[in-house]
Amino acid sequence: MSTVLSGFRQLRQYPTAIVGLIIIGFLVIVAVVTPIAIPYREAVRLWRGGEDIWGTNPRNAAPAWRNWFTSVDQAASIILDSAEGDVEKVVEQVSADSKEIRLDFEFDFPYDTFPPELILFTNAKFENKEPFVELVWITPDGREIRAGEFSPGPSGSFRFDQDTRLQRRLERETGIQDVSVIEGLFDDPAQEGLQVLKGTYKLATTSLLFEADSDIDMTFVSYGEVHGIAGTDHQRRDLAIALLWGTPIALAFGLLAAVGTTVLTMSIAAFGVWFGGSVDAAIQRITEVNAIIPLLPILIMVGTLYSRSIGLMLGLVILLSIFGLSIKTYRAIFMQVKESPYVDAARAYGASDRRIIFRYLIPRILPLIIPAIVVLVPSYVFLEASLAVLGLGDPVLPTWGKVINDASTQGALFNGYYYWILLPSFLLILSGLAFAMVGFALDRVFNPRLREV
Amino acid sequence: MATDVFGGDFNINAEIDVASIEASARKARVQNIKRILIYSVRKLIALFITVAIGVYITVIIANMGGYLDKIRLASIRENVALAATADPAFREMTTTEREAFLDARVELEIKRYGLDRPFILRSFEYLRNALTLNLGFSQQLMSDSGSRQVRNIILERLPSTLVLFGTANLLLFFVAVFTGLRLSRRYGSFSDKMVIALAPTSAAPGWFYGLFLILIFASLLKVLPFGGMVSAPPPENPVEYALSLLQHMILPVTALLLSAAFLTTYNYRTFFLIYSSEDYVEMAKAKGLPSRMIERRYILRPTLPNIITDLALLLITLWTGAIILETVFNWPGIGQLYAQAIGAQDTPVIVANVVIYGYLLALTVFLLDFIYALVDPRVRIGEGGQKR
Repeated sequence: MSTVLSGFRQLRQYPTAIVGLIIIGFLVIVAVVTPIAIPYREAVRLWRGGEDIWGTNPRNAAPAWRNWFTSVDQAASIILDSAEGDVEKVVEQVSADSKEIRLDFEFDFPYDTFPPELILFTNAKFENKEPFVELVWITPDGREIRAGEFSPGPSGSFRFDQDTRLQRRLERETGIQDVSVIEGLFDDPAQEGLQVLKGTYKLATTSLLFEADSDIDMTFVSYGEVHGIAGTDHQRRDLAIALLWGTPIALAFGLLAAVGTTVLTMSIAAFGVWFGGSVDAAIQRITEVNAIIPLLPILIMVGTLYSRSIGLMLGLVILLSIFGLSIKTYRAIFMQVKESPYVDAARAYGASDRRIIFRYLIPRILPLIIPAIVVLVPSYVFLEASLAVLGLGDPVLPTWGKVINDASTQGALFNGYYYWILLPSFLLILSGLAFAMVGFALDRVFNPRLREV
Repeated sequence: MATDVFGGDFNINAEIDVASIEASARKARVQNIKRILIYSVRKLIALFITVAIGVYITVIIANMGGYLDKIRLASIRENVALAATADPAFREMTTTEREAFLDARVELEIKRYGLDRPFILRSFEYLRNALTLNLGFSQQLMSDSGSRQVRNIILERLPSTLVLFGTANLLLFFVAVFTGLRLSRRYGSFSDKMVIALAPTSAAPGWFYGLFLILIFASLLKVLPFGGMVSAPPPENPVEYALSLLQHMILPVTALLLSAAFLTTYNYRTFFLIYSSEDYVEMAKAKGLPSRMIERRYILRPTLPNIITDLALLLITLWTGAIILETVFNWPGIGQLYAQAIGAQDTPVIVANVVIYGYLLALTVFLLDFIYALVDPRVRIGEGGQKR
């Protein structure tokens, strides 16, 4: 054990190993904090949620920090909810039964691009008679545009860009043929072409309610082109959840698979060498057959035909990898160790087979397998991602690979949603590189032969 | 594999005694070839048994939910229906009569093929079918020529995979060997340190780099195609066709090279360094032999077996990694076929692909063993490699 500890102490001489260890430490912190902050059930519920959870998020929005790197300030989301008290509610009793509720959504719009969507969600309370809502759009330069009238149901939404009458009105107003509603509402008439008029906009709503205990609440959403720290996908889901939850999953899968396969492979090699004869021969033959069995295709077949749960995949990976070709390397080393005098001494004092294998043979090559485990971690992290990219990711959990899979099936590269692929890829390569850098340094520490060359 | 050859005893056998020394050099060469042939045949038989066991395990896993039975039944139904439509009497029957007729025929075929026997017996039949590439009919996918036979679908896709991976691996091998040699000569230099520092980047598979290459060269710079094998429509002129193929191959081959080149070069360089500190190399240097000759005869030659083992392991991982790389680059090979089969839940194609990959791996192992026999003198002189 002391050799192992002193080996880790020697790591300090390798700057790449220190960088790798810092990254691994950061990833481990994320992996520990995420399940506490967003419990498993909550993560699954959020990730599988539809419009009811993510309705106010923009679709395919880039991360908000993209604005720091571009000269054009892209629109961010603006959400104003009257139920939350974001705007003042003015109630005016017109008669015994009917009343008028005024909600003025006033917001500052300092961005350079038009928002992709503009929706007013309504949540009305009534028995029989639907309320009547009138919308007036007031621009920073004081123009008043009649934006629409409608009678919302118990829960409705008014999508500005789908209102053809408003579109025609705006066409007349701006004098631009085929202007879209949103462009028409935000356009600066003083400038040539389509330019966003920055300033404070106001959406004044007047609702007429025809029952004594009717009420209405509204949420105004001006969707952004950028959103949150990680952006959103085609289902308006916040990618941050998948990226955060992907960390513990990737680390757990990589570490468990690497430790499991390496330790089992080494133990099998030790048993084979110690018992020799037919046991050894059988292990050798199984290794050769196993080399022919294609791991990834088998995993894919099982994933398609039976189950794609991440636990099953992990088990199968370990099962198919324990008879890997590395058995041959371990076997060669054990062969030498078996002949050493201290093993003879153990045999002389009457130690049992198990004692010799676990107390004398295996500890001897521990320094060798530690770098092997660390170097193996990235390949399993990427294996999990590979399965997910093929659409065989765990059915419920969000992982990095599943985000890449979503992105590539939605044509993210073709449509220019680069963040969608770059963020999970960055995390994959970050964790892969960190483990590989530490593993390479460990290899040099524990295999002095490599240090010379 | 390496230890098989190294581990065996390579005492000079009794056959090679005074008589064979006296024999002419020509006879010795004939004997060499004979030995290599015997070695290869034995290796081939051993590998075939290995493949058979591997495929059998695949069959067992695939049939855990009775999936193979379903494939078999579907292909029987297809055959019966095909035979029946050719029968004029069948055309005049009513729908119910037709169904009864078909059911009776299918029942008969099931008995004839012994599908009512226990699974252990049937599993061997599946094994035979798989080994002879008698892979049944696909459920959804079709070959470009319109065939539903899985064998045709796969054979049609195999050449494109071989072209892509053959090119990439040959390039990788030569690039790694020559850069490795160069680096071992000036080790400790800046380029040497660069390669050591970049070796960990091989942790990421080829498809991963493929995504970035597409992003940069296809999406941003728009200089190379997003994917595919030739431009659409395919050029008539064979020269233009080859150029278009080359153009489409740049990105996937680069992705494969990026994911493997640094680590492979690093490994080879280490092998070369270990062998270049041998006494006989010092001796050769002292004799004043040209460095090119020292590299080729004294360093490269004894390292080749190690390098080939390394290459074999690399090839095995690359083959299976092809599934995603081909999907990312929309390359019409068996890897992409596999991905499509997953999407369409086409069980016969999925099972057949596992079998094909098993064969490809076995073929890789065999070819490398054969090259091994050619380059490793211990295999040629003694019979060390055969005893296991």
